[in-house]
Amino acid sequence: MPSFAAKTGNEAMAEAMRQINPDVVAAYPITPATEIVMIFSQFVADGLVNTEFVPVESEHSAMSACVGASSTGARVMTGTSSQGLALMYEILPIAAALRLPIIMCVVNRALSGPINIHCDHSDTMGGRDFGWIQMFSENAQEAYDNTLQAVKIAEKINLPAMATTDGFIIIHCMEKIEMLDTQDIQSFLGERKAQNSLLDLEKPVSFGGLDLQDYYFEHRKQMADAMDRAGDVILEVGKEFGKKFGREYGYFEEYQMADAEHVIVALGSTCGTTKAVVDDLRSKGEKVGLLKLRVFRPFPAKEIVTALSKAKSIAVLDRSDGLSTQGGQLYTEVCAALFENDKKIPVIDYIYGLGGRDISIDEIKSIYADLKKGNKNKINYLGVRE
Amino acid sequence: MVSIKDLISKPEPLTGGHRACAGCGFPQIVKLILMASKDPVVVVCATGCLEVTTTIFPYTAWNVPFLHNAFENSAATASGVEAAYEALRKKGKIKGNINFVAFGGDGGTYDIGFQSLSGAMERGHNLLYVCYNNEAYMNTGVQRSGATPMGASTSTEPAGKVKPGKQRARKDLTAIMAAHDLPYVAQATAGYHMDLIRKAEKAFATPGPKFMNVLQPCRLGWAYDPKLTMEIARLAVQTCMWPIYEVENGKFKLSMKPKEKKPVTELLKLQGRFKHLFKPGNEKMLEQIQAHIDNKWNDLLAKCGEQ
Repeated sequence: MPSFAAKTGNEAMAEAMRQINPDVVAAYPITPATEIVMIFSQFVADGLVNTEFVPVESEHSAMSACVGASSTGARVMTGTSSQGLALMYEILPIAAALRLPIIMCVVNRALSGPINIHCDHSDTMGGRDFGWIQMFSENAQEAYDNTLQAVKIAEKINLPAMATTDGFIIIHCMEKIEMLDTQDIQSFLGERKAQNSLLDLEKPVSFGGLDLQDYYFEHRKQMADAMDRAGDVILEVGKEFGKKFGREYGYFEEYQMADAEHVIVALGSTCGTTKAVVDDLRSKGEKVGLLKLRVFRPFPAKEIVTALSKAKSIAVLDRSDGLSTQGGQLYTEVCAALFENDKKIPVIDYIYGLGGRDISIDEIKSIYADLKKGNKNKINYLGVRE
Repeated sequence: MVSIKDLISKPEPLTGGHRACAGCGFPQIVKLILMASKDPVVVVCATGCLEVTTTIFPYTAWNVPFLHNAFENSAATASGVEAAYEALRKKGKIKGNINFVAFGGDGGTYDIGFQSLSGAMERGHNLLYVCYNNEAYMNTGVQRSGATPMGASTSTEPAGKVKPGKQRARKDLTAIMAAHDLPYVAQATAGYHMDLIRKAEKAFATPGPKFMNVLQPCRLGWAYDPKLTMEIARLAVQTCMWPIYEVENGKFKLSMKPKEKKPVTELLKLQGRFKHLFKPGNEKMLEQIQAHIDNKWNDLLAKCGEQ
């Protein structure tokens, strides 16, 4: 039976890992994701899971051990944040190219430098082009639900997946969440069925061979095709999850979008605050809406364009700055999607909340006000002192 | 102990037809070590000569399961494989013993993979790590590594008008691994194959983390006639530049004490990477190299209780 519990985002993800009961977890502590590793280690110590826990000496080794473990056909998980994720960057595309469905709980935290431990999305955005599925969570419930679904999605398409959540804002904040029955989760996930196993002694396979001009390109195209197919798998799993557990998930949530003229597109916890602003402005008769993007990789461009097609103006909120001089990563992708589909809607970018800087209700209101009156400044740094 | 006769009747874990250089020492090292295992083996390999010459897609020279991940992480990768094996074994999904072997060159072991190796050994995974040590980054064109001996000319610490090759001696990785209090650590070479086989057998018979540092002459980077590979490997032992020994639960034991310790110049003069040392003006460097070898050898004799 499902039950309600008060859990922080970190606890919610660790509980999801307990209920998934993976074969191997290899992880290394890093603020603010450490707690996931600590809580899970206690589950191991108390015999609540059958997992082999590998307490590695770095995140690089964590992801390396995950690759080794996953190549045997085992179900494998890890968790990290910021510099830890950056230290894994080298191995992330290898995991994807070996088509290993490793699941990673990522707690979004600003990348150094300067060093900072608080939330922004620069770490996850830095890992956006490595062939990993990426899902963002608004709250602890979604962090829990996304972690569970990530396993099924990844194993269906044989690509690794990140379920991400916002450092401190979600992971240190206690919320009421609905926890599912472990048996139900196990029957929802089933067992991993790997095509090849490194431990298959009858049919020895060489994994990770040297791939030169004559094959590398084809293998990369196969990864691109898999990422393309991942979209349907994400929708399918989100629907099945909804049918079984009552909470359906898609690429995004459309909040008051039916007749919205001025729309914010955002990721993660800020969407919760934005919903409060939308409610407030709607009560005053303003036609505002929110497109809360859940899936960043694969990027559901066509569906986003459809959802935004009736808007008169759009603001994209980026909790990360690519320093490309062209705005944050979400902004450039939304712009590209609209351009490709011949939608000429004004889109402006608000880079906000870097290094955990709070974003307030008033600031979000000011964005909607900008949209209403028109803002010629394409790229804005919300609330920064200059 | 397995005999050569037994070995030739066993299936080859690594077939011929791979693209290693003529005279390369590592195919012999890899084959002999893997064939010394009574149980099936699973191999993890770092980026390097061994990986690139044996796995050019769509071909593979490996008849045993093989995984290459990246350069610096064969130990961490193998530790994940071993952890998964334990998990699957406990769940009854896999039966029977498997020996896990991670290979890395000296670059992937002494330098960039040092942390990964140290961590995996400290955690106590049941695996054997083998460094096939050719004393430089041979796959990428003979750049110096932490295993390059003093005086050697490499492409990143070349002999020039003011510098006679590598300025400092290599680090003593075997001793560093012994300091991890592993149940089994050994130094060996391709040149003494029965010693190599015996050490591999011992490693496989020992539960827990094991480390072997195996000297592998590289005809390309060391610049010698390919037919001399085994002779040079043996000379390295006979000059005490590469003593062969083992450390079992902290106890050092010499595997071979040369009857007559040959001068290091006998080994160096066969190799192009040292030829500058024989030019006038570099006599002091040769003396330094000999003095370093003598010191290390005396230390080792003391550790082995031979003095």
